[in-house]
Amino acid sequence: MRYNINDLLSSILAFELFLRSGYGCGRGFSEDILQDIDGKICGQNDNIVFILLWHVIHLIVRVIYLAQEVLRAIESYLVTNGFVTTYQPLNLNRVKYLGIVIDSDEARQISEVIQLLDWLSAIGVKKVCLYDREGVLKKSKEVLVERFSSAKLSNEDSKIDPIFTKTQMQFEFVSISDGKEAVAKAANLLFNKYYLDGDTEKPFFTEADLSNALKTLGVVEPDPDLLFIYGPARCHLGFPAWRIRYTEIVHMGPLKHKKYGLILKAIHKYTKVKQNYGS
Amino acid sequence: MEEERSSGVIGRLLGGVNRTMRRLLFTFMSSGPIPQHIAFIMDGNRRFAKKWKLEEGAGHKAGFLALMSVLKYCYEVGVKYVTVYAFSLDNFNRRPDEVQYVMDIMHEKIEGFLKELDMVNRYGVRVLFIGDLNRLDEPVRVAAEKAMEATAKNTKTYLLVCVAYTSSHEIPRAIYEACQEKSGLALALNQNGKNIDGIVNVNVVIKVVDLEKHMYMGVVPDPDILVRSSGETRLSNFLLWQSTNCLLYSPKALWPEMGFWQVVWGILKYQRSYYYLEKKKKQA
Repeated sequence: MRYNINDLLSSILAFELFLRSGYGCGRGFSEDILQDIDGKICGQNDNIVFILLWHVIHLIVRVIYLAQEVLRAIESYLVTNGFVTTYQPLNLNRVKYLGIVIDSDEARQISEVIQLLDWLSAIGVKKVCLYDREGVLKKSKEVLVERFSSAKLSNEDSKIDPIFTKTQMQFEFVSISDGKEAVAKAANLLFNKYYLDGDTEKPFFTEADLSNALKTLGVVEPDPDLLFIYGPARCHLGFPAWRIRYTEIVHMGPLKHKKYGLILKAIHKYTKVKQNYGS
Repeated sequence: MEEERSSGVIGRLLGGVNRTMRRLLFTFMSSGPIPQHIAFIMDGNRRFAKKWKLEEGAGHKAGFLALMSVLKYCYEVGVKYVTVYAFSLDNFNRRPDEVQYVMDIMHEKIEGFLKELDMVNRYGVRVLFIGDLNRLDEPVRVAAEKAMEATAKNTKTYLLVCVAYTSSHEIPRAIYEACQEKSGLALALNQNGKNIDGIVNVNVVIKVVDLEKHMYMGVVPDPDILVRSSGETRLSNFLLWQSTNCLLYSPKALWPEMGFWQVVWGILKYQRSYYYLEKKKKQA
């Protein structure tokens, strides 16, 4: 009996592996699933039925997500080719600054990033903040500059990455070091300003103090209005915390499955959102 | 009498079946990773009241009932820390009568909670109120401090209630506290070392860990899932610093409509993304 259940579990895990590898979860997941198999099959006998059922539940969830993905692909096709015109014309005035978070592994596919930026440029987005945790996009900025060949550097002597201006789009490149580390640097700036001399009054720091300290460090760009996340999970992966207080965050799926029609839909949905800002 | 008794029996039976099915499902789900910490933004109470044409304030009362159910399901499935966004510093901009109404509900519920301390301590729930408590009305603040003190020894599960909280207040405050700590340290070092009157050693450096130590939320690990009800996709100044590797989930249900299925779906989504998020945490 135990042998048969183990066989069934292996088949389910193998099928899960097939589904995951087909849908852009990356090679790392196959290793994790193999560890899963080892761990679970060697587990206690009386839990094996529950483990089996858990895998069945997740298989069903995966099939639901696959079906959703197919529907989204159809929707995007209809929107892109003009069969559905609900999302046109777009009121781009509301999207003054678009942030894009890309998973660092996916960001290494520069051709995909370039295609995404081309689409955004065609839609008419003017300012884009590109974030990836490890700074892969920062390293690829020469390639991106070459592609958008009318770009010219400005603020070359600034301490953080310069903003590229182009007739169509402005870019800002951000990574994890511009997140919590930048706040720590700002904290040191404030410490040196107010605590060096033991006699000066020490104010209770406010949001304005932090913003000014960050401006001194070169963080001058506004908060993004809308943040697209391209990656396996809906997680902002360390985008600078104080810049996404009221930012709408949309998960767009893996970068290689990006869809033009869904970008239009997400921007359109954002332009309809009404924010109370707490009041 | 006969009818009442049989409906009572049937009601209890169905309730028992419901509970058993729920426990069974949670047991299956525990075969995979269960999040340690879930945070909730309780959005949609006012929209709920409008939708069902209830009197103003009834949405908040319904929201409290939803909170109790959601907490029950989270603790049953094995979540150790639950954080809820009860009241933002931005919410003080609402109409004064609405702010007062929410303060009154909070006071009433905390007092009610204090009456059930025996049961709370039996379940081992520790309650923490997170935020600028000085901004709260005096009776609410006193009741909150009493509740925190009364449950301080519990360690089984934690309930963190964010009141008068925003990340844009938390982060500068943490900087201030870190500066205070470092200046005290530097002065002590100076007194032991060189004789520089009143001038602090410039080599003191504040690091990210120093800031995290002084955050309001530094007492618990970062959340694994951040749930915002009513389908809105923004964080509204909640746990911005702590959500670096956190799964964001926005069910369409308004807060008073939140319950069992949203908790289950949120945990299933977390389990799907678990390996990816763990990999990201290790890379940090």
